[in-house]
Amino acid sequence: MTTAVQQATADVADVPQTRTLSAETRHHRRRGERSRGASAALHGSLAVAAFIAAFPVAWICYIALGPDEHDYLHPGKILGKASLSNFGYVIHHTGFVSWLLNSVIVGVGTMFVGVLIAASAGYAVSRMRFPGHRKLMYTFLLTQMFPAAILMVPLYKIMSDLHLLDSYLGLILIYCTTAVPFSAWLLKGYFDTIPVDIDEAGRIDGLTPLGTFWRLILPLARPGLSVAAFYTFITAWGEVAFASHFMLSAGKYTLAVGLQTYISQYNSQWNYMAATSVLIAIPAGVVFYLVQKHLVAGLTAGGTKG
Amino acid sequence: MTVAVQGKPLKQRRDRSPRPGLVSRIRRSYDRHWYAWAMVAPVVVVLGLLVGYPLVRGILLTFTDANSLNVGRTIGVNHIPDSYNWVGLKNYTEILTGPDNQFWPHFVWTVIWTTVCVALTYGAGLGLAVLLNRRMRGRTCYRILLILPWAVPTFVTVFSWRLLFTDGGAINSVLGALHLPQPAWLSDPTWQKVAAIAVNVWVGVPFMMISMLGGLQAIPGELYEAAEMDGASPWQRFRHVTLPGLRPVSNTVILLGIIWTFNQFNVIFLLFGSSGADSAQILVTYAYQLFFGQMPQDFARSATVGILCLSLLVVFTSFYRRWLNRNEQVRA
Repeated sequence: MTTAVQQATADVADVPQTRTLSAETRHHRRRGERSRGASAALHGSLAVAAFIAAFPVAWICYIALGPDEHDYLHPGKILGKASLSNFGYVIHHTGFVSWLLNSVIVGVGTMFVGVLIAASAGYAVSRMRFPGHRKLMYTFLLTQMFPAAILMVPLYKIMSDLHLLDSYLGLILIYCTTAVPFSAWLLKGYFDTIPVDIDEAGRIDGLTPLGTFWRLILPLARPGLSVAAFYTFITAWGEVAFASHFMLSAGKYTLAVGLQTYISQYNSQWNYMAATSVLIAIPAGVVFYLVQKHLVAGLTAGGTKG
Repeated sequence: MTVAVQGKPLKQRRDRSPRPGLVSRIRRSYDRHWYAWAMVAPVVVVLGLLVGYPLVRGILLTFTDANSLNVGRTIGVNHIPDSYNWVGLKNYTEILTGPDNQFWPHFVWTVIWTTVCVALTYGAGLGLAVLLNRRMRGRTCYRILLILPWAVPTFVTVFSWRLLFTDGGAINSVLGALHLPQPAWLSDPTWQKVAAIAVNVWVGVPFMMISMLGGLQAIPGELYEAAEMDGASPWQRFRHVTLPGLRPVSNTVILLGIIWTFNQFNVIFLLFGSSGADSAQILVTYAYQLFFGQMPQDFARSATVGILCLSLLVVFTSFYRRWLNRNEQVRA
């Protein structure tokens, strides 16, 4: 990657903050002269896009308010009789609470284990030239290409040999294999943007490489880490296929699996499904809200540098 | 990820002295690099154990006639040993050239699916990122709403889309009110494909948009000013400043997008369930159907389709990277 353009983009990120800022304000003044028509078009198209993006999510919340099974076919009627009864039923009369607990354990566990090993691998690849570091990055890319179907049967066998079937740890490790490669790549990119001088200063002050990583680099990489945490959490939170084949006893069901048992058990009572879906989406939304500030910086810090 | 792989070395360039013997080379390499290796060890162990080893087992399965009836299993205290046979390349030849061929139609649809989805998500993501990348009122609000499809778990949003697409659902009600035809989104083969692509694009746009936004913010404002001084029209500025500046990000997200879309299991599986919608199944869900959707479950065929998917992606990726490298050499 040595084209002039990429060199240029690489250099840009190194430009002191003040220069970019002043460029932005000049930029702004020019853009500030946007005509009224252009402004309306801009807001109009963004509003349409935001509506399309948010509508299905809002729709499911709305359907969840309708107390009857077939209300989704007559959405107009929901308005008159909207109630929270579905939510009450789901929370009090199903396994929802235990599913939620399992999902939280698995999701948070994946987040911690995943981010920790992804960060250490990403740091090693970013800072140390060891034999095989290029191959490692390519292997990360390669693991993204595996269809889950070919892994399912052999994986099932391995898990049962290791007595990890029906256990939180087993599921956490499996989710790590899907979430860690991308997170490691992401974090490697983020670590690349942190000046190496900081590491060297730490080393001169007598920190071990591990100490440098733990005390200096990780705190600086918080935006990158939070995006990686979001990604691993969402991966674990929303996964269906592995969870439904590897969590065997009803007490270990995660939300995604629980939702499925529900369809047969209640003969597809869409209203309860909708209510459960909304309850599932809330924690994901909270995690998302916490990291959304960092999302842009954390996700592309490495990608733009080339 | 291509970008990352070829990143410039940051420090610690090793001096190249004449090569000593193997043992001392290993020892020296160990002394120098054990820190790095210790840090990547957890990832390597987890990936090796849970991806590498199953993969090898999966490849071995493709040369057998394993199905759910002849694979060793434990029922209660009785252990039944494996009884499947080695059949060589029979699975591959049957899948690729056999009568009643299911592979090629699914393959063609998978290619169309991947191309259309990636083109649309990339286009929409780029467009929205350009719109969002300026000062205006309500920017944060727009951004949060636009990322929503990514933040909410897929099985929730796809479920919502199913409700919207059902015969008497909201989309058809609106179409009916406008006196437009109301297609059977979830049962007509053609409309199934349209619906699947629409949902997948909806799910995929936020990632593209955020990546592009990051890329746009790294393009220096000076470049735009210089272009404007030279009298470049907005379109020319987009064409000659924005697009080249976005190239590194674009290369990466397009490759990732292609890989992820090619293997997009969730959207199709959740939208149409494990049965039905035969023509809308891409290779991955087709492999899954062979696997869980029928009795006896055909492990060997399913693994074979999986391996074919994997090899297609590996070949594609190596061509893509070579093509990128060549383009760069031409440009440089």
